[in-house]
Amino acid sequence: MALRRSAEFPVPAPAAQARRRTLADRESVLGPLLLAPALLYVILLVGVPFVLAILLSFSSAVSGGLEFSWVGFRNFQMLLSDSQFHRALQNTLRFMIVSQLLVMVLATAAAHVLDAAFVGRRLVRSLLLLPWAAPVALSSMAWVWIFDSTFSVINWTAKKLGLLQGWWYWFGDPGLATVAIITVHVWRTFPFATVVILAGMAAIPQEIKEAALMDGAGFWRRLFHVSLPMLLPVVAVAVLFGLVFTATDFSVVWLLTRGGPYNSTHVLSTLAFQRGILGASLGQGAAVAVFLLPILLVVAVLLLRVARRAEVGT
Amino acid sequence: MRARRVSRLLRRALLYAAALAFTVFAVFPFYWMLITAFKQNRDLYVGATNLQHIPWVFNETPTLQHVRLLFLNTPYLLWLRNTAFVGALVVLITLLVAVPAGYSLARLAGRWGERLGIGIFLTYLIPPTLLFLPFARVISWLGLQNSPWALVLVYPTFTVPFCTWLMMGFFRSVPRELEEQGLVDGYSRLAVIGRVVLPLATPGMLTVVIFAFTLVLQEFVYALTFISQVDRMTISLGVPVALVRGDVFYWGSLMAACFITSVPIAVVYSAFMDRFIAGLTAGAVKG
Repeated sequence: MALRRSAEFPVPAPAAQARRRTLADRESVLGPLLLAPALLYVILLVGVPFVLAILLSFSSAVSGGLEFSWVGFRNFQMLLSDSQFHRALQNTLRFMIVSQLLVMVLATAAAHVLDAAFVGRRLVRSLLLLPWAAPVALSSMAWVWIFDSTFSVINWTAKKLGLLQGWWYWFGDPGLATVAIITVHVWRTFPFATVVILAGMAAIPQEIKEAALMDGAGFWRRLFHVSLPMLLPVVAVAVLFGLVFTATDFSVVWLLTRGGPYNSTHVLSTLAFQRGILGASLGQGAAVAVFLLPILLVVAVLLLRVARRAEVGT
Repeated sequence: MRARRVSRLLRRALLYAAALAFTVFAVFPFYWMLITAFKQNRDLYVGATNLQHIPWVFNETPTLQHVRLLFLNTPYLLWLRNTAFVGALVVLITLLVAVPAGYSLARLAGRWGERLGIGIFLTYLIPPTLLFLPFARVISWLGLQNSPWALVLVYPTFTVPFCTWLMMGFFRSVPRELEEQGLVDGYSRLAVIGRVVLPLATPGMLTVVIFAFTLVLQEFVYALTFISQVDRMTISLGVPVALVRGDVFYWGSLMAACFITSVPIAVVYSAFMDRFIAGLTAGAVKG
């Protein structure tokens, strides 16, 4: 929002600085001038489409034609009684929350492992980063193949170990498909959280750790009473970013299940794509996608708040 | 004494076990790409119900047939070229737009700079999954469907905010005194930027190049929305969408493509990961 306001007010250089320097009047031109291309790009190609997305959700626009007719809240009214949409909204929340709860635990553990000294630590660290750094569309395809209905290596291993009696049709059963999607989300986002938490651990003053050690606190006590509480803001930042990544994800769900089986694993983004692009009703699709906004807004507010507190903490 | 040594040894063992478990979880899909890419079909397509056949290893001699098929009989190389074209232009645009903006926010914009910086960062949170619908309309209005130029136009929407933010952090870390010295010596602000600041910010710009390019390589939803013609696709669209005949996936070639594409990117990217995270979080914290 700050952005849009700033478009109306050119950015002034601080007066005190301006008086001190000889080239001051030039600088007050230079500042806005250097900023202008970026601002223009962001306003024209993020701001305008963003407004257009909201306008579209109040229209009966279809792809193909260019006409644009206002239908008020009709799209939203239809969504209220649309069970597919309800499911998609639930799934979005479920996937993001469950996966990030798991990430929270896994990443904190992984960060503690990487914080300890052991042979091959650097190698392990860089290998742990791979899932996050690889293009998501391509690594998702690897998972599609891993969860294949006939050739799944997971099924083979489970059978061999005697854990599986029947058969897991990963993408044929809503429950299993949910497990598969959450697994990929966890796999993809935990490296990011791990590195963030690791950076946070490095920031805990050594004296505090030593003091706890001197007081005779054992490993678990130190963990739960000293390092975890101090890490909380950093873990929160990591998880909030993870929530953004998973809430807005399209590739993982689309490539794994296409929202199937029987539209049971759609999330907001894939349902919006199905309605808006494949189904050609842009208005409907936009109305679905707009529901991402309140979710993102909550996360963004929390993020700014936690980030500020994290700063006070360090 | 002895009990302590045992417990210490046990803890070491636990540590290595945990490190190994995390590594296996992270690396497994890449291992699976690699082994699939070089397996013969009769080694690959054995149902998982056959417990005698171990899918984790090569049961037949490895083959290059999938890799050969990928390079000679699929549009993979064409996709590579399309991706390079789009990537290069997006990197160029990003540098031209984000570097000056980052400097302006760090040094020239004063109190407003901070708020604007946060504003620009927040636009990074507006996801492609919200914007692809209005863009679908804009792109068809511009007549750019199936054109790489659609991607060149749209991709900077996510590279510019992030890279501006990143550059802002870099410019802040350049000591002010160096610039002030230059100003005192009689150079104009612009000359100081060119002679003092930009050379010092070269690592930052290199990071921007790497990130802008990898973000382009990673992008999927815009490409899927705008490009439907197979020979116009980028890598991360073409590989998952077009290496299929009807319902039959060419898993060997597909996994070869995934491995060949994603591992080099992942290695370069993770080398720069710390900077990325510092930019995303510490930068966000210090505002």
